[in-house]
Amino acid sequence: MNLDLSETQQMLKAGARELLARECPYDLVRETEGDPAGFSRPLWRQMSALGWPGLAVPERYGGAGGSFMDLAVLLEETGRALAPAPLFSTAVLGALTLLDAASDPMKDDLLPRIAAGQALATLAVVEPGGGWEPQDVKLQARRDGERFVINGVKLFVPNAHASDFIITAVRTAQDAGPEEGVTLLLVPGAAEGLTPVPHRNLASDGQCEVTFDGVSAPLSAVVGRVDEGGPVLRRTLQRAAAAKAVEMVGSAEAVLDMTVDYLKQRVQFGRPVGAFQAVQHHCANMSIDLEGSRLAAYQAVWKLSQGQEAAREASTAKAWVSDACLRICSLAHQCHGAVGFTQEHNLQLHTRRARSQEQAYGDAGFHRRLLARGLAASQTP
Amino acid sequence: MDFRFSQDEEQFRQDLLAFLGAELPPGWEGLGDDWNLTLATRRKLAERGWLTMHWPKEYGGQEASPLLSLIFNEEMSYHRAPGRDPFGARMLGPTLMIYGSEEQKRRFLPPVARGEAQWCQGYSEPQAGSDLASLSVRAQDRGDHFLVNGSKIWTSLAHRADWMMLLARTDPEAPKHRGISFLLVDMRSPGVETRPIINMAGSHEFNEVFFDDVEVPKVNLVGERDRGWYVAVTLLDFERSGIDHAAASRRLLDDLSAFLRDDESAALIGGARRWMWDLLAERYVEAEVARLIAYRVAWMQTGGLAPNKEASISKVFGTETFQRVADTGLKILGPLGQLTGDDPRAPLHGRFQEAWRHSFANTIAAGTSEVQRNIIAGRGLGLPRG
Ligand SMILES: Cc1cc2nc3c(=O)[nH]c(=O)nc-3n(C[C@H](O)[C@H](O)[C@H](O)COP(=O)(O)OP(=O)(O)OC[C@H]3O[C@@H](n4cnc5c(N)ncnc54)[C@H](O)[C@@H]3O)c2cc1C
Repeated sequence: MNLDLSETQQMLKAGARELLARECPYDLVRETEGDPAGFSRPLWRQMSALGWPGLAVPERYGGAGGSFMDLAVLLEETGRALAPAPLFSTAVLGALTLLDAASDPMKDDLLPRIAAGQALATLAVVEPGGGWEPQDVKLQARRDGERFVINGVKLFVPNAHASDFIITAVRTAQDAGPEEGVTLLLVPGAAEGLTPVPHRNLASDGQCEVTFDGVSAPLSAVVGRVDEGGPVLRRTLQRAAAAKAVEMVGSAEAVLDMTVDYLKQRVQFGRPVGAFQAVQHHCANMSIDLEGSRLAAYQAVWKLSQGQEAAREASTAKAWVSDACLRICSLAHQCHGAVGFTQEHNLQLHTRRARSQEQAYGDAGFHRRLLARGLAASQTP
Repeated sequence: MDFRFSQDEEQFRQDLLAFLGAELPPGWEGLGDDWNLTLATRRKLAERGWLTMHWPKEYGGQEASPLLSLIFNEEMSYHRAPGRDPFGARMLGPTLMIYGSEEQKRRFLPPVARGEAQWCQGYSEPQAGSDLASLSVRAQDRGDHFLVNGSKIWTSLAHRADWMMLLARTDPEAPKHRGISFLLVDMRSPGVETRPIINMAGSHEFNEVFFDDVEVPKVNLVGERDRGWYVAVTLLDFERSGIDHAAASRRLLDDLSAFLRDDESAALIGGARRWMWDLLAERYVEAEVARLIAYRVAWMQTGGLAPNKEASISKVFGTETFQRVADTGLKILGPLGQLTGDDPRAPLHGRFQEAWRHSFANTIAAGTSEVQRNIIAGRGLGLPRG
């Protein structure tokens, strides 16, 4: 057993932290909240120059040939810095899904551009009233000769308005089994009839509502096979949940760090408030939550990185981290007193995102139900 | 035991409900900050004598029992009704009645009872939060007036206020509790400057207030000079109650239940499911317990008892229940819960994300949960100080 990051991963992490501390101050996070693009292009150019979008893309497609685990190490740091950049959408939702299921010509075409940071990609799954499972995909794609015609709405698509490609989960066959009849289509961001509109949400984090009004996609746009996208989507969502959990761990760690720093210097009753046992217990509880979160998240990442079945680990990670990260933020507010309630304070940037991250790829309740279902199923002989 | 209200009390509740039905705009959701509506409603409450119903008759009150005040606050909070006056009616009034001079009572109380004067509370400072007695705003004796310098922070409604209850240090040499005085400051005095602070819900509710050689006439000193701490502590006890939070929690739960029961709205989040009702049930139980605790506080006051520990328990449990309710609502609403009121897809006009953002304030303001727990353990349970 080895529960440490490798030496290269530690270097990668330290380098990323250093870069982001310099290039991604909280001011940048605030600025991009109000910016319709939803992310900082200069920051993305720097990440691209360092090869981050292609970190987990094989060398033959112009990537660095790293693993999902390596990518997760970066995501912990971008999560810590709340970096407003499409790394998660492009590298996790885009590149890894294509790598998993796309045809060779599609990979040859797209992955080098993605690895170079020239093309942005994302994934559209969840729909009004729907959940995060393949059977929840209802968006109609009607077969019309050599093409599909898509009509409907997808929600919470990260960075859709800036993406060159949106991998869109659509329903191509009715009355099939729960995993069947789903197809993944690669839709260009500029496709006619496609309208992405940023959600106005509490985190202002660039998630979009995307309307498909007669959007046409040729058969060559199918990622994988027609009607057989369900299992691909399931794996993709497991990766997304695990990666999101790691991102949240980074953010939660930043929250604990800023809280401890503050409690050491804030003086009331003639001593640092951190000297009060009640406050110390808050910090202890935060630290316990953080430790568990990191292990749960990385276990899922590691298993997925090994190419193993990881439904249980991914759900465990997202179920635990979603709640723990919110608990950590709540205690941080409690420890900061009124100043943490201000817009000017950086804590709330993490807190508001924790709430939107909680929902992404399923919240704690959703993943606990998946786990319960799995438990129930494996008990039957 | 008897958990029922008297007939008079029930009648008052009905009168208040009728009033709210008639005066609040149709379909009132309590969203947004409409200060004109607040002032208009406040004057109407004053006309009925409800704004200061717990005051003695001679100052414009009705000598209403704490249970009637409780009902008033419960319904106002449940209906998210604007117009109450936490500072003038609930804090300044009771304080002046104990410590104020005859002249101060005659001058300051009637405008509050008429709903015409807005007060704010200038206690906290950048370096004096929970440790309020370490405050450092200075008031120097200049014969017929005090000269005030320094700054206050987190002053709610300072930007709307005509007057401030100010705690300032008049004797820097004395032990920290003994050199403080309680002054009434005209917010229009030269040298007073108010700057907004925007909170994490995006709204302007509290402020910083700066004093630069502000002259406060000596007639505006409440109680004895250097004894202001004791005036202030009396007043702090009026601040603590959990009924507002219990009622606000209950309202959120009722809103969400209605949303889930209606197939059309529930369809927006994929339909009501079993686990949602399980979670809601858990929160309903807590909101009910919070209500009962707050009732007991008022009941003790009615009997002339000082519910010190109980008020702290009520505050902690009420505010923490509200936090859990807001959190549960967002869990149930799923991805759409994060949408703000200006997004057309926002369920319940984005109320839950708004409540959740605000919920962080309540366990801090008016004495943090930790300080309340200290009170429970120390003054309440008699444990030694840490
Ligand atoms: C929405 C809002 C409105 C407000 N309105 C007003 C107003 O109108 N007028 C006004 O004067 N003030 C107002 N306040 C300020 C409020 O009274 C203070 O925020 C509060 O007293 C806490 O002080 P602080 O924020 O400086 O936190 P701190 O005192 O710095 O506390 C930081 C942390 O240390 C903990 N801590 C401190 N001392 C102890 C201890 N002895 N034991 C255990 N833990 C401890 C606290 O519980 C908290 O977790 C408002 C605050 C808020 C949030």
